[in-house]
Amino acid sequence: MEEIIRFDNVGLRYGTDREVLSDLSCSLFAGRFYFLTGASGAGKTSLLRLLYLAQRPSRGALRMFGTDMMTLPRADLPAFRRRIGVVFQDFRLIDRLSTFDNVALPLRIAGVKEHELAGPVADMLEWVGLGGRAGARPATLSGGEQQRTAIARAVIGRPDVLIADEPTGNVDPEMSLRLLGLFQALNRLGTTVIMATHDVQLLRQVPDSLIMRLEKGRLLDPTGALRYPPREPVTKPEQRRDWRRAPVGGGA
Amino acid sequence: MTRLEALRPWLGGDVPILPAGRIGGPLPWLIALMVLLVTVGLAGALVLAGLTRAASAQVAGSVLVQIVEADPAGRAAQTDAAAAFLRTSPAVAAVRVVPQAELEALLEPWLGEGLLAADIVPVPALLDVQTTGTIDARTLRQLADGLRAVAPAARLDAQADWLAPLMGAVAALRYLAASVALLLAFVGLAAVWLSTRFALASNAQTVKIVHALGGDDGQIASVFQRAILPDAIAGSLLGAGLGAAALWLLGDRFAALDAGLLAGGGLGAGDWLILALVPVGAATAAALTARVTVLATLRKSL
Ligand SMILES: Nc1ncnc2c1ncn2[C@@H]1O[C@H](COP(=O)(O)OP(=O)(O)O)[C@@H](O)[C@H]1O
Ligand SMILES: [Mg+2]
Repeated sequence: MEEIIRFDNVGLRYGTDREVLSDLSCSLFAGRFYFLTGASGAGKTSLLRLLYLAQRPSRGALRMFGTDMMTLPRADLPAFRRRIGVVFQDFRLIDRLSTFDNVALPLRIAGVKEHELAGPVADMLEWVGLGGRAGARPATLSGGEQQRTAIARAVIGRPDVLIADEPTGNVDPEMSLRLLGLFQALNRLGTTVIMATHDVQLLRQVPDSLIMRLEKGRLLDPTGALRYPPREPVTKPEQRRDWRRAPVGGGA
Repeated sequence: MTRLEALRPWLGGDVPILPAGRIGGPLPWLIALMVLLVTVGLAGALVLAGLTRAASAQVAGSVLVQIVEADPAGRAAQTDAAAAFLRTSPAVAAVRVVPQAELEALLEPWLGEGLLAADIVPVPALLDVQTTGTIDARTLRQLADGLRAVAPAARLDAQADWLAPLMGAVAALRYLAASVALLLAFVGLAAVWLSTRFALASNAQTVKIVHALGGDDGQIASVFQRAILPDAIAGSLLGAGLGAAALWLLGDRFAALDAGLLAGGGLGAGDWLILALVPVGAATAAALTARVTVLATLRKSL
């Protein structure tokens, strides 16, 4: 099992405020599906920002893909960011670009030629059910369509890690399940998925998923599955089912 | 080839990741105004430079000796003595005694034929002295002292001497014009810097997205550079057109200088070439300033 992300005593504070993340230590493994849960304000978005390299920890150590992210020169960050797909909580589509151009943006950034990206982008739009909306501006799309555009943009570059911040936050339950299906399909193709959510229903939908629970900026790991080295093999199915039965609303 | 490839993003020639929006606002007009003023200021500096150069070349190696003596016989004697002395000096290349007929022809329109013929007004004798190279003040003083010994009525003027204050003033004007042109260019680039900062701030969200998707600062800078370039080119062309019109109107004044005391007024072909580089330089400098501004600003983010 390949370790892809490693936190060691990570702390994060914005400015001079108190720490919003404290004493984070855990290991994430390639190809797994992780749910990040916790109450609003617990620090989910902050933790994900560390992972998509929008922010460096204030203390501790963070390694990704075997590289130290604390000391990585600024100029080397873009190459790592291209290996990470992000679905923002607020989508962050670019208003003056069409759906097609929004989804094509990561490929253009990566230097893919125009004639080489038209096919894959069209396929991707088809895959998220937006084949007919390629020319539409984000403002003319429904919330669910915007969300799927954001997902298409996050995965078009075949990232090693997909990070999604409450991607089912503003869609109906049926759409939630469809979106989750997309993430699972990607996960089966080998992408490590880290998805923040406070939708308890979703946790039950993904067998073999692992749960990272944040409470007031601290990571709870009742089963030890996130520890490194793991206390026990995390691939044992019964054990994983146990964690999902662990209470997610209250304390551990 | 590889070196040219490395230059490409700086010229905004890489593949765009985003269509460049228009920066808009007063930037093209500002650039036009700057190019106009820089063109006129620079043209002034170039004209003055040409003027100084031509005038110095004319007077640099030339000293005028007058023998101011009322008695024609004494005047002739002192003239010969002075010429003989001057020819022995190593600082002197050539001495020409200006013939009396030539002097009278020069003065006749002013004094009238009768006056000169009657010898009522004594005309000083003139010796046109060419020095070897530019003469310095000390050599000039030695020449004057030596002259006085053999010809007490001799008066010596280095033309460069009496032109010096004028030349000094002209040089000062020239540097003033060049400095004003430079300051204006600086103000123009500052305007580009401000516009770019403003554009960057109002597109902060898009920049963040591009960063998050793995875009680097160079790619973002190219987008802004492309956005500024049409404005910069339009403004530069307009400014250059207005500048050319202004110079054409002023051309008569410069031409008048040409016909006057000092030759060398007006703009030469080389000067026009330099002036033609102003709009090209302005557009290039604007695009590069935009790029540098974006790179410098983004360096402070993660
Ligand atoms: N940019 C920021 N500057 C200062 N404080 C912030 C910033 N972002 C988040 N916080 C604070 O950090 C804490 C965790 O926020 P967040 O990570 O957004 O939690 P969650 O996503 O779980 O709701 C909150 O107290 C929030 O106010
Ligand atoms: Mg959040």
